[in-house]
Amino acid sequence: MRRMCRSEGDGGQGPVWNGRKKRGARGQKFLLVAMACGVFAGQNSATAQNARIGKPATEAQIRAVDLTVFPDGTGLPIGKGTAAKGKDLYKDKCAVCHNDKGEGRENQYPALVGGIGTITSSKPIRTVGSYWPYATTIFDYVRRAMPYDHPGSLQTDEIYSVVAFVLNLNGIIAENDEINEKTLPKVKMPNAGNFVPDARPDVKSKR
Amino acid sequence: MKKTEPSRRKLLSLGASVATGAGLATLTACAKKEAPSELGAPLSSYGARSPHETSARALPPADSPTPSTGASRTPLQDSYGIITPSSLHFERHHSGVPDIDPVKHQLLLHGLVDQPLVYSVEDLKHFPSVSRVHFLECSGNGRSEYSASLGPTPQASHGLASCSEWTGVPVTALLKEAGIKPEARWIIAEGADPCHLTRSIPISKILDDALIAYAQNGEPLRPEQGYPVRLLLPGFEGNTNIKWLRRLMAAVEPAMTTHETAYYTDLMPDGKARIFTFDLEAKSVITRPSGGHKLAYGPGAYEITGLAWSGRGKITRVEISTDGGKSWKDAEMQQPVFSKAFTRFRAMWNWEGQAASIQSRAADESGYRQPTGDELVAVRGRNYGYHNNQIKVWYVKADGSVSHAENV
Repeated sequence: MRRMCRSEGDGGQGPVWNGRKKRGARGQKFLLVAMACGVFAGQNSATAQNARIGKPATEAQIRAVDLTVFPDGTGLPIGKGTAAKGKDLYKDKCAVCHNDKGEGRENQYPALVGGIGTITSSKPIRTVGSYWPYATTIFDYVRRAMPYDHPGSLQTDEIYSVVAFVLNLNGIIAENDEINEKTLPKVKMPNAGNFVPDARPDVKSKR
Repeated sequence: MKKTEPSRRKLLSLGASVATGAGLATLTACAKKEAPSELGAPLSSYGARSPHETSARALPPADSPTPSTGASRTPLQDSYGIITPSSLHFERHHSGVPDIDPVKHQLLLHGLVDQPLVYSVEDLKHFPSVSRVHFLECSGNGRSEYSASLGPTPQASHGLASCSEWTGVPVTALLKEAGIKPEARWIIAEGADPCHLTRSIPISKILDDALIAYAQNGEPLRPEQGYPVRLLLPGFEGNTNIKWLRRLMAAVEPAMTTHETAYYTDLMPDGKARIFTFDLEAKSVITRPSGGHKLAYGPGAYEITGLAWSGRGKITRVEISTDGGKSWKDAEMQQPVFSKAFTRFRAMWNWEGQAASIQSRAADESGYRQPTGDELVAVRGRNYGYHNNQIKVWYVKADGSVSHAENV
């Protein structure tokens, strides 16, 4: 059974965008009550009278397409890998674009490594190590979108190993640290604390 | 009538006299006999524009090693009114345009719902439909304007924005069927493109005005716009309007996907990055005359026209300055003005034949008014990149040519 619990990775304070989210929650409560009370009856009268249009989805149908991995690890498949095991795979499948040590190529392909200390400079280099706030995002993205020319072609343990390799390139984990569905959500990313909610409108046009 | 060089004003008054019966009779009597006419082309099953028209999307360099990712830009300088032809709507793909069979395509709604449901495209069309005019804009639109190399045309500076009439079903209709659980705060949306692009959307937006769109400008979506169905989140940055939509998942927390953490976050000077910056703030650009155009009729009256839009509602005012921002006057806005849609504005300008700069600024119903680039940079610095809605200035030279640069 899938877990749908609150993220444990934020020290119990909740993520920084909670303020915004709570406003949304109040709006949602109102709207759900409004829907239940028939405020939307005019708009949706046809669907209210008819039988349901959607067909029940089976567990198998959901499993076949559910790729989402959350920061608390929900959605991670059972599996494991290490940087040592990911090294050759990275060389075969990833280095053609991201280069041998994850340094990227000529602004065409993003660097995965480096950039720490550049984020407040005039040329910030945003990499997995210098910018990405959650390690789970790497798994989610590699599984759904990488390698660029054959997305979806890697096996689960291959994905864990490539993720471990990229984390190790950034000095975040050791070469033989096992990355699996339990350990990946616990990896602390260096830039995790530097994301803040939308503060706009923040610029006033003078008359 | 005294014989002088014909001026624009004289030509206009001539036009007025031609419209009277007497003028028309004179012209007809003088005209040479036309050659016999040849018959035109026969009927066609799906129309194409005149072969004399060549306006086109601007593409990235043809030698890109990854042609399935990138963006094409709408030629806004050639646009009329507020609707972008579907063929000229800007594109942004991350793994190419998939070829999807609408009979096989399914949309799954699951997660924190009482009953997970799956919909065919026909199912979605069976719901009561709505049609609305909305713009779409990539939040990277205008990135060039943060740099020293300003976009030389509206296409280059603002072409990642387009406006269409969209038809579809409110997402709330589906949520009502599935029974969304009260603890759900986010909807994770995902595409059926090869990279399965995915974003987390606040439930408040979904309940407000989110659509699952299956038609654009009166016909099914174009493949590059998400055929057969896409998410449409009016006023939200383009990337969240997931194309080729195949899955909606209700959840307590956002998924923190690559496109809402590594990208599409706004880096501030202190190293903090704003996350979930969805709204596109009020923006405008003069499309004619603009960079690359020429005031070909000499000194005299010209129409200044352009487009304004806001992700926070209706445009309430567009002002024009033709003196470098010293004074402003109201432009006329084409009616009706739609919420979160392109608004066409027009103003007449008497060009005196000297160097001048022209610019527009828009305000919306939230009370917000479009700032200058300096005002934006003063608050956000230059690493921001996304969400640049600064005022765009075009420079008219004494010879009538129009440029993005003051000193070229």
